[in-house]
Amino acid sequence: MVARLDMRKLIMTVIMVLIGIAFLMPFLWMISASFKVEEEVLTFPIKWIPQNWNVVENYKEVWTGSMPFLLLYWNSIKVTVLTTLVSCTVSCLAAYGFAKINFKGRDFIFLIVLATFMIPPQTLLVTQFLLYRWLGLYDTHTGLILLNSFSVFGTFMLRQFYLGISNEIIESARMDGAGHFRIFTSICLPLVRPAIATYAILRFIWTWNDFQNPLIFLRSKELYTIQLGVQSFSDQHGSVYSLMMAASVSAILPLLIIFIIGQKNVIEGIQLGGVKG
Amino acid sequence: MNSEVKLETNAVQTAKSKVRKNAKKRTPFSGWKENLAGYAFIAPMFIGTSVLVLFPILSSFVLSFTDWNFVAGYENAEFVGFENFSKLLTNALFLKGLLNNIILILAIPVTLLLSLGLAVIINKYVYLKDLFKVIYFMPFISSIVAVAVVFQVLFHPTKGPINQLLLTLGVENPPGWIADVNFALPSVMLIMIWTGIGFNLIIYLAGLQNIPKELYEAAQMDGASAWSQFRKITVPLVSPTTFLLFVTGVISSFKVFDLIIVLTNGGPANSTITPVVYLYQQAFIELKTGYASAISLVMFVIILIITYIQFIGQKKWVNY
Repeated sequence: MVARLDMRKLIMTVIMVLIGIAFLMPFLWMISASFKVEEEVLTFPIKWIPQNWNVVENYKEVWTGSMPFLLLYWNSIKVTVLTTLVSCTVSCLAAYGFAKINFKGRDFIFLIVLATFMIPPQTLLVTQFLLYRWLGLYDTHTGLILLNSFSVFGTFMLRQFYLGISNEIIESARMDGAGHFRIFTSICLPLVRPAIATYAILRFIWTWNDFQNPLIFLRSKELYTIQLGVQSFSDQHGSVYSLMMAASVSAILPLLIIFIIGQKNVIEGIQLGGVKG
Repeated sequence: MNSEVKLETNAVQTAKSKVRKNAKKRTPFSGWKENLAGYAFIAPMFIGTSVLVLFPILSSFVLSFTDWNFVAGYENAEFVGFENFSKLLTNALFLKGLLNNIILILAIPVTLLLSLGLAVIINKYVYLKDLFKVIYFMPFISSIVAVAVVFQVLFHPTKGPINQLLLTLGVENPPGWIADVNFALPSVMLIMIWTGIGFNLIIYLAGLQNIPKELYEAAQMDGASAWSQFRKITVPLVSPTTFLLFVTGVISSFKVFDLIIVLTNGGPANSTITPVVYLYQQAFIELKTGYASAISLVMFVIILIITYIQFIGQKKWVNY
């Protein structure tokens, strides 16, 4: 009985692995095409292992050519890392305030902040754009970083974790004369560290993949992030498929690696928040 | 015990409780110090949200009643009343966008069905659960821009691998996919399904954990097949999750932007235009600031209505 059940499970696993490979076919095709010489990209039946390798030339053109990915990467890393840092700090502070401090109007302010979560970001673009031109934040990385830094999702998620910390710990610390900032840094932060890590990974992924904000709030080519770069690269080299695939691989790969390293955090965070970026 | 002593104890008790009340009032949980600390902690978040969300919403309300192009300067803004709204609600392109958006919503039930099926299999019938989660989640965390670029080539009408495959399989006139007016929107939907499965699957897996195992054991004793267990236990008991995913799916269908801009840019012949794409074109290409603000406001109202239906629906339709 036990052996038979295991056998069924095993067969099902094999079938699911095959379905999984079919599901990831577009990625496999992309990687394989990025290794090929242009003439071989569209041959059929598909040669998954290239006959004539052209890896170095393809990636060299992508990384140092007319739309150098080296610069795009630097811009993206700068914007993404700073956004993640600022956003985590802002959300951590606010979440502590909303969860552990009894101030006047707290619930009402929290409700307002939550309500802004319903607003589709596109409906804000026009006036945000005008505001940015007026404030001189248009076409700057600072502006781009600020746009993603005030996350309701992050505040809400971290607040849930702070609520889980028992009030008794905090009360006794207060009795001993500790202020809120002291309690925040030395008691709460260490306790919610896993939640912060989860949120940080999610924010990193969402900011890295953000296309809409850079498209609207950046104009100078030298400030472009990777997503804008892929788009203008494909406008320039639209007919050279091997180069386009090398560019796509370059845009996707670092995130896949971060995701695979932090997969437990990412998946748990998504399940906890139940919300899309 | 005489009354004096009684009174005394009473007095002591009142005094004690007074002290306790005072203590509660003063330290450490309220008062101006506490308020100040609270405001200080939430200040960055609150100021940021006010400047970047609340203020823009209010000002787009004002702008939507004007005819204005931001290049022209504030003094050239002209008040036009409801003209923008009446123009918008009779505009063929905007209405087509709304219709397309409704068609896009049809991709959601398909995504949900596939995700639930995969979630049940992954939850119960296979080894290496974590591996499968990672596989199906990959498209969801990948850059949509890069995904769109890849599918542009895969969908190529004559040379693309998908049509080459269809030709060898004996399909004589394979569709032109994103180059064909009738197939461009379905192509967008296919990619939406592909990228959406991971997210829905993960949420369903969490939902499946909440179904008590005893139910399945009891059904198995009664001789229920796997299929009828799925229909009679799993589907009704994950209905709250299904409802939640359906609503977030509908709301996010109004946000599909990157995919369409890179894949088709609204074309061919406006066959993949949506309200968001229309908004982008009017605001940042045609530079009609006032008109675009009106579009923003109409979309804002649509999302509010959907959210409201969600609140009501949660009580009515969900089978707990």
